[in-house]
Amino acid sequence: MNTVALPVTERFPIKMLAWAVLGAAVLASLPFVIAEYQTILLAYGLVMAIAALGFNLLLGYTGLLSFGHSAYFGVGAYAVAMMVKYLHVQSMELYLLATVVASFVVAILFGFVCVRYTKIFFSILTLALSQVLWSLAYKFYWVTGGSDGLRVPTPTLLGGVIGGNEDKIYFLSHAYYYYVLVLFLACVLVMWVIVHSPFGKALQAIRDNETRARFVGIRIRQYRLVAFVVSGVFTGIAGALWVPLNGLTTPDILYWPFSGEIVFMCVLGGFQNFSGPIVGAVVFNYLKTYAVGATTYWQGLLGLILVFLVLTLPTGIVGMLNQLVRKAKKRASA
Amino acid sequence: MNLLETTKLTKYFGDTHAVDAVDFRVGEGEVLALIGSNGAGKTSLVNLISGLFQPDSGQIRLRGADVTSLSVHERIKAGIARSFQIVNLFDQLTMLDNVALSIFARQDMTRYFWSLADRFDAVWQEALEILRQFGLERTRAIVAGGISQGERKLLDVAVAYALRPRLLFLDEPTSGVSTRDKAQIMNIVTSVVRSQGITAVIIEHDMDIVFKYSDRIVVMHDGKILADGTQEEIRRNDSVTRTLIGVADA
Repeated sequence: MNTVALPVTERFPIKMLAWAVLGAAVLASLPFVIAEYQTILLAYGLVMAIAALGFNLLLGYTGLLSFGHSAYFGVGAYAVAMMVKYLHVQSMELYLLATVVASFVVAILFGFVCVRYTKIFFSILTLALSQVLWSLAYKFYWVTGGSDGLRVPTPTLLGGVIGGNEDKIYFLSHAYYYYVLVLFLACVLVMWVIVHSPFGKALQAIRDNETRARFVGIRIRQYRLVAFVVSGVFTGIAGALWVPLNGLTTPDILYWPFSGEIVFMCVLGGFQNFSGPIVGAVVFNYLKTYAVGATTYWQGLLGLILVFLVLTLPTGIVGMLNQLVRKAKKRASA
Repeated sequence: MNLLETTKLTKYFGDTHAVDAVDFRVGEGEVLALIGSNGAGKTSLVNLISGLFQPDSGQIRLRGADVTSLSVHERIKAGIARSFQIVNLFDQLTMLDNVALSIFARQDMTRYFWSLADRFDAVWQEALEILRQFGLERTRAIVAGGISQGERKLLDVAVAYALRPRLLFLDEPTSGVSTRDKAQIMNIVTSVVRSQGITAVIIEHDMDIVFKYSDRIVVMHDGKILADGTQEEIRRNDSVTRTLIGVADA
C-alpha cells in the first residue's frame, strides 16, 4: 500500500506560541512608535479580527459559509448605542455584558433555523435573516435613528477608572487601543482553545464528513448550533468594540455587503488556518481605508483584488506564506 | 443467543422493495457474511439497522431490546457501529485524529471545549494502539486524504472499531483494492474482530473472502433473504447458485 505524505500541523505547536507572544509584544509597543491615526486604524483591524475569528469558526472549522454575520456585529453595535441612548450607560464592561447576552439570544434564534441546512441553503438563510435586522434598524427610525444611526460617545473603561473627559483621539489611540488589544488577545486564546479542544475536533470532523461524524456519534445539529452561537457572540463583541471607535452606528453595518467584507477578510488571510482571518482582517482594514482615500471606485478596486486573490492565492496570505516557508525549508535541507 | 434480530423489516423506495419483510438474525460473537447481487438489499438492510434510514415497518432488536426507533447516536451507544462501502473519513484530519475522534465521541468528550484535545493522553494512547492493531501506526501523522485506498479501507474499519461496538457492520471492506491487499485487509480486520469477540457482519461480493473468513452466510435477493446457512449449505444451495452465478437449471 503506497502512501502520499501530506504535511500536518504539529501536535504541540510551541513555535506558534512563541510567534503569538512576539506578535502580542509588537502590538503592545506600536502606540509608542506609530502615529495616533495609525494606532486607531490598527484598533479597527484588531476589532475586525475578532469578528473574522468568530466567523471562521463556522467557515474554516465547521464548513458553513455565513453571509449574515453583519447581523451579530450590528446587534453588538446597536446594543451599545441603545444602552447609551436609553439607559445613559457609559461603562464599556456593561456594554460588553449586554452585547454578549444580545448576540447570544439572536445567534441562538437564527442558528436554530439555519443549522438545519448546509451549503447554499445555509448561506442564503443567514443572509435573509441578517436583512430582516437591517430592515428593522432602517425602518424603526424612532428607536434606532434610521439611516442617521445612533451616536456613541467615548466610554469609560475598567468600571470608570479610565476615560471620561480625556482627549478623544488620545483616548482611542492609547487606553482604548490597549483595551481592544487585551480583549483581542483573550478572544484569540479562547478561540485557540476551542478549535484545539475535542469539541473543535468534532467540528472539523463535521466539516470533513458529516455522514461519518454522525456515525461516530456526534450530534451534528447541536454541534453546529453551538459553533454558530459562539461565532455570533464573537462577532457581537467585535461590534461592541467597534462602535466607540466609530462614534456612530448606522444600518450599514447590518447590510449584507458588510457580511461580505467579513468573508473577504477570511479569504484574504486564508480560512484554512487559525491565523489567516486575523491577518486578513488587519490587511483588509488598511486596504479598504487606503482604497477609499485613493479612488471613488474603491468597491471596484476591492472587487478586483478579491478576484485576483481567489485566482492566485486560494489559500490566502497566510497559506501562501506557509507554502513559501515550507519550500524554503525543503530547499535548505536538500 | 442472538445479538441482533429483525422481524418483518421492510423499506420501500417508491415501487422498489429494497428490504421486504426481512427476518434477519446474528448470533453473539459470530462473523457473518451478507452476500447478494447488486441491488439485492444488503446495504439497505445495514442502513436500516444502523439507523441511516427508518424502516417503513418491522422491528429491530439488539439483545432483546427494541432499537427500531432509536437515533443513530443512540444505536451507537447501544453498540452498533459500521464502516462504509464508499470510504467515509475525515480527510483533513490525521489518521490518529480520525481514530481519536471516535474515542472522544464514545466517551462523550466531544462536548469538552475548554481543554486542549492533546491533554487527554489516554485517548491518544488508545488511538495509537488501535492504529497499531490495524497496522497503520507508521502513517499516523498523515492526513486521511493522503493515504492509499487500502489504508483508507482499514482506517474506515478502525474508526468504527474505536467505538468498541458489540456489533460491527463492514460494508464491502475490500472493494476497490488490489487482490493482494484484499487478503491483507481481511486478515487484519477479522483477527482484530475475533480477538475482541466482536460480532461482525461483512457485506462482500468476493466469494473467496466470504468462504474463507465467515462462520455463516446469508444470501439476499430482491430485498428478501434467499438462503441462510453454513458455507457447505450455501455451496450446495441450487437457488443461490442460480441467482448469484446465473447457472441454468440442469
